[in-house]
Amino acid sequence: MSDAPNGTAAERFAIGISFGNSYSSIARINPEGKAEVIANEEGDRQIPSVLSYIGGEEYHGTQAKAQLIRNSKNTVAYFRDYLGKNFKSIDPTPCHNSAHPQQSDSTVAFSICDGESETPSTVTVSEIATRHMRRLRQSASDFLGKDVNAAVITVPTDFTDAQREALIAATKAAGMEVLQLIHEPVAAVLAYDARPEAVVADKLVVVADLGGTRSDAAVVACRGGMYTILATAHDYELGGATLDKIVIDHFAKEFIKKHKTDPREDARGLAKLKLEGEATKKTLSLGTNASLSIESLADGIDFQSNVNRTRYELLSGKVFAQFTGLIEQVVKKADLDLLDIDQVIFAGGASHTPKIAQLASNIFPETTQILAPSTLVSAINPSELAPRGAAIQASLIQEFDQEDIEQSIHPMVTATTHLKNAIGVEFSSGGATEFKPLMHAETALPARRVAQYNAPKEGGDVLIRVCEGVRDIKVTKPEPKAKEEKPKGDEDDSDFDSDEDDEEETREIVWKTEKPIAELAVKGTKAGSKVELMVHVNPDLGMQITAREVGGQSAVRGAVQSA
Amino acid sequence: MSTPQVVNVTLPALPQGWSADKDFKAVGTLSAGTQRTVEPVGPHFLAHARRKRHHRTFSEDERIQAQHTVKKTEQEDDDDISENEDPMMLSRDAKDWKSQDHYAVLGLSKHRWRATPDQIKRAHRKKVLRHHPDKKAAMGDRDENDSFFKCIQIAAELLQDPVRRRQFDSVDEACEVDPPSKKEVQKGNFFKLWRPVLKAEGRFSRVQPVPELGDENSTQEHVENFYNFWYNFDSWRTFEYLDEDVPDDNENRDQKRHVEKKNANARRKRKTEDITRLRHMVDDLAGMDERIKNFRKAARAGKDKKRLEKEAEAKRLVEEKERARVEEEERKKAADEAAKADREKNKKAKEAAKNASKKNKRVLKGSVKDANYFAESGAPSAAEVDSVLTDVDLIISKIDAEELAGLAERLTAAGKDIPAVKNVYAEESKRLVGAGKLKEGETKTF
Repeated sequence: MSDAPNGTAAERFAIGISFGNSYSSIARINPEGKAEVIANEEGDRQIPSVLSYIGGEEYHGTQAKAQLIRNSKNTVAYFRDYLGKNFKSIDPTPCHNSAHPQQSDSTVAFSICDGESETPSTVTVSEIATRHMRRLRQSASDFLGKDVNAAVITVPTDFTDAQREALIAATKAAGMEVLQLIHEPVAAVLAYDARPEAVVADKLVVVADLGGTRSDAAVVACRGGMYTILATAHDYELGGATLDKIVIDHFAKEFIKKHKTDPREDARGLAKLKLEGEATKKTLSLGTNASLSIESLADGIDFQSNVNRTRYELLSGKVFAQFTGLIEQVVKKADLDLLDIDQVIFAGGASHTPKIAQLASNIFPETTQILAPSTLVSAINPSELAPRGAAIQASLIQEFDQEDIEQSIHPMVTATTHLKNAIGVEFSSGGATEFKPLMHAETALPARRVAQYNAPKEGGDVLIRVCEGVRDIKVTKPEPKAKEEKPKGDEDDSDFDSDEDDEEETREIVWKTEKPIAELAVKGTKAGSKVELMVHVNPDLGMQITAREVGGQSAVRGAVQSA
Repeated sequence: MSTPQVVNVTLPALPQGWSADKDFKAVGTLSAGTQRTVEPVGPHFLAHARRKRHHRTFSEDERIQAQHTVKKTEQEDDDDISENEDPMMLSRDAKDWKSQDHYAVLGLSKHRWRATPDQIKRAHRKKVLRHHPDKKAAMGDRDENDSFFKCIQIAAELLQDPVRRRQFDSVDEACEVDPPSKKEVQKGNFFKLWRPVLKAEGRFSRVQPVPELGDENSTQEHVENFYNFWYNFDSWRTFEYLDEDVPDDNENRDQKRHVEKKNANARRKRKTEDITRLRHMVDDLAGMDERIKNFRKAARAGKDKKRLEKEAEAKRLVEEKERARVEEEERKKAADEAAKADREKNKKAKEAAKNASKKNKRVLKGSVKDANYFAESGAPSAAEVDSVLTDVDLIISKIDAEELAGLAERLTAAGKDIPAVKNVYAEESKRLVGAGKLKEGETKTF
């Protein structure tokens, strides 16, 4: 460990780490201020979370993963979710063909020959995690030429306190100070929002984190750059491994047809198929055709075959539907409609699969941005979102004292009142009234928004009615061809216009005034000028409202007391 | 966040009859909010946390943050190489450049030997911009005196040449810090007083970084290392700068050589003086250093402890030996006494046995006499008596004391009864024959 562990006195050098069940990644902020994922000594940016031992030597990453074929007993994989849990509550299925988890006191352990001797020793999962972290730290230090001694690590949203503590302890033992643990979906949103071209906007984002062994989805409300998770959904069986299985089964069937033996019955054959199948699946995400060749798959027979993407997508249709189902489920859980979602971020390795993003884009309205490599050219590599977000956070809090960080992430600070309904301005022209939201629902308080509205062409006195509004989903039946008048000026990006498919019913978002809050009059505006309205909501739901003509001197101010 | 969103909608005109105090009317209140946890991530959250923790409003926080950033840029701009110029310095003559403070001329008197080449370059440029004679002329200054500009040029030239800069640094009096006196140190801030001195001296070291003085808790290793460094100080300090000017006319070569020689001697002398000075200074430093005393004390205590232990061990060994000896003696004495007592007892027993056997023998002899030497009748003949006595003697000689005692007892029991006595003898002789001690027929009578 570093020779100066003296808290903040020693210079801190922090990186972002995404520690996954299947893969881990390390990222830093490069001198240009951009987050970048660091490759390890073997050139991998996605480092398999696998450790393997032969003759007292430790292998890590891709080298260790290759050992799953010949040295599966001394290879530890998929151990992240076992951290800080007791043996009863873990699901050992992913470890079926690697070192098996065992009970050891109150934690989980693996029995592996990690020394020179032949007798296996019991290594707890925290020790494994420490070794893994140590290797990650070493890779980062080697790459950067500086001793890395701090990190921000991403964790799933369902990580318990015990798991967090175990992870922090394991990381500390590896010589790194954990500055903060951040949630994976939020890290992904942050990775997108920290791009220089990104603008701070109010939006609702679904983060679909499709990992190797599990998939998570979360609805995140971004309000003025602050993130609030509204709902989460987890599927612990669904993931890249499910897709691997389809590829494996496909090739296994082909092999059986030719050679009348099932390669899956042999442990080594299965391991080989798994390793190559995963690679084939990855190739299919990039190209339309992929080949697979394995030497001595079963009974010493070499196997070589091809599969194209269409075939693969046909076979995995059901699994793909599960992914979209998960996304729909989480939106429902947040009491939202698919129309409300402004952005879908695909994260995790399985998000490279083009069809998944395409299917998701079908269920969402066209205005919803789908951030996946297959639907958006400028999308960030889904595997790199979490580490990048962590690295960004690390760079933000690197300078802080540990105490400062703790105070900032204290519930006193993070637990805040959120707005229940949107606050906006009602416009009534002629008979029709129209509501324009200014501050959306689920905005963390205190909050402040400023907007500019046009004054009437001829100038004069104007009235601003500040109201609370709710959004409704209006379903329009297709029979009456004459469409209802539609709100003009689609400033709300969720507005859904569907002119082309008239057979289906049209659903659109309509804002309705719920209750008026205040009225302001700005007098004597000049022709063609603008009126600026500033709304400030206190944590106790009191409001200060200010309106003035842009460039004007006098302003109308007023306060609304909290209920 | 304060950038307004521009909404392209026209506001309605104020309806007739609408009026309110100050043009504002609160109509309702917001509906109750929901409590949720904000994710503690991202720059905007940090701003939120900052506001919440310091109880700032949006505008306050913005103002404070803005001040922070403004300050930073200003400092960068300022660069702190501009210093006020002393009017005395401005009126200096470039001719006596040797006595001028080159750093002060360039406005670097705060930095001095720490000034980087880049700083010197920039400082020089700054000064030139201000004091260039052409500029002065343009400003309408009739004064043709450009002596300070010359000073600047000399200073820059000197400081930009690393060799000459070192020479100047070697004798830069403004950098020197006088070592504190013993009295001052006794007041207690040894480390605080000596640190600047060592820092000033340390700049001459060829070996960098110079070890730190440390503090009262420094390890012995550190302190030893520190003093080793200072006693083996490798200095680059030179005294060329103080040389007398060598006349560079070719007229008097002897004079030139003489001056050169003088200079060389002066340098050597100064260097030696400097070395001795430093040595004395380090001696003083070591003398005042409580840590050394403490280490010595500790070492002495350690040694004493060892010695005492050794002595105690020796004493213990001697005592042990003595005790062993005494014990041995006592044991011997006891053994002797026991042997003596034994001997005495044996003697007595022997005597008693002797007496008893004498008595028994007498009984034996008496018994045959009582039995009238087994003569059938009348007085026994001498031959009979003789043979009987010979036999008795024979038996006595053949049997031991106990058997003798038994025999004597049986004989006393037999009394004067002749046949009984004879019988006893016969039995005895028979037993002896049986035991193989006596040959058949050796005893004639029995």
